[in-house]
Amino acid sequence: MTTGAAIHVRGLEKSYKKLHVLRSVDFDVAPGSIFALLGSNGAGKTTVVKILSTLLKADAGTTSVNGFDVGTQPGDVRESISLTGQFAAVDEILTGRENLVLVGRLRHLKNPGKLADSLLARFQLTDAAARKVSTYSGGMRRRLDIAMSLIGSPPVIFLDEPTTGLDPEGRLEVWQAVRELAGHGTTVLLTTQYLDEAEQLADRIAILHEGRIIVNGTLAELKLMLPPAKVEYVEKQPTLEDVFFAIVGNDGPGSSEARLATTALDD
Amino acid sequence: MNKHFFGDTAVLLGRSLQHITRSLDTIITTTIMPIAFMLLFVYVFGGAIHTGSHHYVNYLLPGILLITIASGISYTGFRLFTEVKSGIFERFQSMPIARSSVLWAHVLTSLVANLISLVVVVLVALLMGFRSGAGVGPWLEITGILILFTLALTWIAVIPGLSAKTPDGASAFAYPIVFLPFISSAFVPTGTMPGPVRAFAENQPVTSIVNTIRDLFTQQPVSTGIWTALAWCVGILVVAYALAMATYHRKIA
Repeated sequence: MTTGAAIHVRGLEKSYKKLHVLRSVDFDVAPGSIFALLGSNGAGKTTVVKILSTLLKADAGTTSVNGFDVGTQPGDVRESISLTGQFAAVDEILTGRENLVLVGRLRHLKNPGKLADSLLARFQLTDAAARKVSTYSGGMRRRLDIAMSLIGSPPVIFLDEPTTGLDPEGRLEVWQAVRELAGHGTTVLLTTQYLDEAEQLADRIAILHEGRIIVNGTLAELKLMLPPAKVEYVEKQPTLEDVFFAIVGNDGPGSSEARLATTALDD
Repeated sequence: MNKHFFGDTAVLLGRSLQHITRSLDTIITTTIMPIAFMLLFVYVFGGAIHTGSHHYVNYLLPGILLITIASGISYTGFRLFTEVKSGIFERFQSMPIARSSVLWAHVLTSLVANLISLVVVVLVALLMGFRSGAGVGPWLEITGILILFTLALTWIAVIPGLSAKTPDGASAFAYPIVFLPFISSAFVPTGTMPGPVRAFAENQPVTSIVNTIRDLFTQQPVSTGIWTALAWCVGILVVAYALAMATYHRKIA
């Protein structure tokens, strides 16, 4: 029973020796939406992603991706997905363009070079295309990482903690890239430990805690679960992020597009 | 077999060969130890070692070549470890490719890197006075044995490469293999060794391989030792491959 869900998970269980990481996980992700799996470190978010991307075998439960059963049709699942892991899994010694061409050739595409050039342009990496990735900043590396995941236009993309370890600018760059993905109709399963990230990006948010999904809903639904809003008067102190962007000459999250352009020029 | 196996392996091999050509220093580094041993033994200890050969470097080279390979595969283990840690190994495994091509590309890269190292070491040996009257046939046979030995040790290297927790762990497994030639006929004839050491030396893989290569270099008729040498290489290869695949399947579903 997949009822058109891009990702379907029921009763998923997984243990590492004695450690019962996933006790019984259930969720569905609608096609073309961004779904955030929220949880603290060690909650099992990465384990879910690894099982859905055919890298780990589940102990129990049914999982399907793009209508294919993960356990019995792993080849079809791999045709349907792209995994952007916790660390930007890019080839440091190759250039940005070579990384993209490599993935294009491994996906057996006809014209990987042309595709690489268009992705480089889309992710503001054209100027850095011929440079070794080892010279890239964290944000550029992640952008390249995500660009590599788009090759072959897989309908489902897994982003495992895409902004962990990034500076504020890099984080905004990645958010912009993720929004673009969903804009193109791709289904995105995003794991994160940052609440604001889920708030910024996700259509639906699920909280994974002690091996189970304890909450699953839209941001508005989640907010309803909290005590009702009260009106209070508080002095608005600038956050450190406001200070940071004021000093480095950006206006913060709102101007991410303009900022992307300036970073590209700086490169 | 997946229909993309050869194509995917070729693409991934091309990629890791680019790594090698862009950082040749990593290969040169693996040749420093064998070359240092060769210099040390020829110019320091060599005068006091009686092997019955006029030029000690001629006697020594086969063992040095095996040390070169042992030193080279520690880098193979390290390279694989880095790929696993960086997550690019998992990225490839989650893609619609022939999954085994990722390991095979590493194995073939190890082979190419080791062949380059071997050529470097042989060139240094030639500068130090190494000479062989062996023709094309024996050279090809020697190359074949060295390739088999490299493949066997490379599959050993895959095991820590996939399972190690630290970079040191991924390469340290090679040290015992590097020192195995010292307790063999590689540096001195086994005849002068005390009983148990001699028994070990004469029955471990390095001695039969070294003796076979030495016979081929010096145009001696190859003794039945060549079958022992080949049996060791193939035996290690089969066992190491099986263990490496088991390690791989424990790591990736």
